[in-house]
Amino acid sequence: MSSRRSRSRQPGGSRITDDQINDLVSKLQQLLPEIRDRRSDKVSAANVLQETCNYIRNLHREVDDLSERLSGLLATTDTAQAAIIRSLLMQ
Amino acid sequence: MTQKGVTLNTNSHKIKFARSFIRTLLKMRKNAPSSSSIEEIRKRSQRIKIAAYSSIAHAVGSRRAWSRAILFKLRNRARHHGMMRRRSMKKRVVKNDPPGDQSKANKLRQLVPGGKAMDMCSLLEETAHYIRCLSTQVKVMQTIADHFSK
Repeated sequence: MSSRRSRSRQPGGSRITDDQINDLVSKLQQLLPEIRDRRSDKVSAANVLQETCNYIRNLHREVDDLSERLSGLLATTDTAQAAIIRSLLMQ
Repeated sequence: MTQKGVTLNTNSHKIKFARSFIRTLLKMRKNAPSSSSIEEIRKRSQRIKIAAYSSIAHAVGSRRAWSRAILFKLRNRARHHGMMRRRSMKKRVVKNDPPGDQSKANKLRQLVPGGKAMDMCSLLEETAHYIRCLSTQVKVMQTIADHFSK
């Protein structure tokens, strides 16, 4: 599974089989809430790739929103709240 | 900036990410406790976002291509801001796409750090790992924000 291994088989790429790709695509499908529960023979690879893009975009958007929210919160927190956050470090 | 003892264990990534990210947040708060103008909040949210991606990349370390790409980008950004863009444009080659899924795969390449230089197998592997880490990142940020709002 390491990227190192996959890089070594890169030149030409002839050793990458359809089976390998399909295997990786169905692993990816497992991670996508929208299509996780669908049977893998009902979902095309293109479909999985499309959903993957959507999901990553959503996660990026969530990071943006949360960064904004945290920035606003940082301006209003008092020392007690900061202490609570600091205590999270100890967990 | 190689990290020692990096495992594939998502939980350890989670803890490392949380620690490093919280530390940065507290530092930001300490350095500018009273800045609350809209402009300041906007600028700071940008810094928080960068800190989030930086923290998750550090937590994963240099074993993964996507985290290496983030770390590389951040390091260059810190050194010589604008130059980075031009340099990263050249020498990137797209490889081994099965015809048909090509355009979808290329869209994915835009979204996964370092994706432009990956062959199809690495792209799929790295994407799976990136997604897992990204959702960990979101969950932790959510938890911290909820703690802050109490």
